[in-house]
Amino acid sequence: MKKNMGWKELWHGDSVPAGTAKEFQTGDWRSERPVFCAENCIHCYFCWIYCPDSAITLDENKKVSGIDYRYCKGCGICDVECPTKKDKRAITMEAERK
Amino acid sequence: MPTLAKTGNEAMAEAMRQINPDVVAAYPITPATEVVMIFSQFVADGLVDTEYVAAESEHSAMSACVGAASAGCRVMTGTSSQGLQLMSEILPIVSALRQPIVLCEVNRALSGPINIHCDHSDTMAVRDFGWIQIFSENAQEAYDSVLQAVLIAEDEKVRLPAMVTTDGFIISHCMEKIETMEDDAAKKYIGEHKVKNSILNLEKPITLGSLDLQDYYFEHKMPVVEAMKQAKDVIVKVGKEFGQKFGREYGLLEEYKLADAEFAVVALGSTCGTTKAVVDELRNNGLKAGLLKVRVFRPFPGEEIAQALSKVKAAVILDRSDTYCNQGGQLYTEIRSAMYEAAKKPLLANYIYGLGGREISLEGIRQIYKQLQECQSSGQVIHFGVRE
Ligand code: SF4
Ligand code: SF4
Repeated sequence: MKKNMGWKELWHGDSVPAGTAKEFQTGDWRSERPVFCAENCIHCYFCWIYCPDSAITLDENKKVSGIDYRYCKGCGICDVECPTKKDKRAITMEAERK
Repeated sequence: MPTLAKTGNEAMAEAMRQINPDVVAAYPITPATEVVMIFSQFVADGLVDTEYVAAESEHSAMSACVGAASAGCRVMTGTSSQGLQLMSEILPIVSALRQPIVLCEVNRALSGPINIHCDHSDTMAVRDFGWIQIFSENAQEAYDSVLQAVLIAEDEKVRLPAMVTTDGFIISHCMEKIETMEDDAAKKYIGEHKVKNSILNLEKPITLGSLDLQDYYFEHKMPVVEAMKQAKDVIVKVGKEFGQKFGREYGLLEEYKLADAEFAVVALGSTCGTTKAVVDELRNNGLKAGLLKVRVFRPFPGEEIAQALSKVKAAVILDRSDTYCNQGGQLYTEIRSAMYEAAKKPLLANYIYGLGGREISLEGIRQIYKQLQECQSSGQVIHFGVRE
């Protein structure tokens, strides 16, 4: 997007082309991080569809491949939605400690 | 053209039926008006194709309207008094998003104290939210203006939301003879809804209403400023064309025996009808009385009002609401401001009247004209018809 546009250059009705959130890396908001375990994943896409920040990544075969920590805010929705069993979790939340 | 006996509420609901909006979202807060209630029966009876959303509050109702309009739908709703206030958080969002939602508003007092009768406090409270505001003198005007509001709001140069108001009970509940259009004629008049942008258009995905801080908020307010300027001409054009097609012409203002008048009343809404009757009477008695009816409050026809009042000796501005700013009601303060540049200014007085539905009678208007003739200086603010 062009910077510092005048009001006459703006799109109609406070609209902008979709996808501007890409410019904002919101990963540093996290206090917990989801950790992905590939071998437990059944590729149901629940996490992918529920993630509010589109931070679940897919590989070239469109299979769930992990988490994009540049954008993941650590909300834990993916962990809640992931249907895998207790001892075979595909997603677990871990404290974000330095 | 069918001639029908309709209350103001029925007249507005009839216009809504003929417009057949894609979506109507509403909630019947107390004091609710019948407009949407009557319309919901049209939905139940299959007389319209509208998706009717019975929301859980006016706040939600207007939010649903924004969502539906953003998806590219023609959207209408109705409310009154407290309901309009509950919508008020969303109202400036509608104008910022330039969504041409049309709202049927019945003017009623605001709590407290609790009241359900007519005054203009509710509509005036939302006057600065970028909505077009049209007042009606009677049910016929309400019907005509709801239809026109769709054309005005959806005009390429405007694309702003519009509210058409009637006066609670005085118009909303009283039955009058009105002339309506045939359904086909109304459909043709309204035309197809032109979609500017839609959040459901996958070919051209957009984000609406994103966070807009010091860097862009101001720029995003300017199109509303510009659209309001453009709206004046569009309202006049639509009103003229309506007159050519259906015989009843509309403008920003209506002058009633004002051309040679020495004493004028300026008013909004149903009181104009009462005033016309008094003007006729006074004219028969030889007094050069006149009326200036302000039909459109937003955009404010300041220059036009200054021009129309330039020849009168004294004018009284009637406000059916107060600003509590110690300088008079909304209509008065804006007219007074509009007169600042005028070369010729009449004496101006402000009468705040009729709050909470307090009746304004022929006798009341007679008294106002009488006091106006005795007016010696500008700037008086009088609360008229209240007991001390
Ligand atoms: S924690 Fe939240 S933001 Fe991060 S990947 Fe899971 S759902 Fe997305
Ligand atoms: S929800 Fe769990 S199992 Fe389903 S795709 Fe995501 S990580 Fe894999």
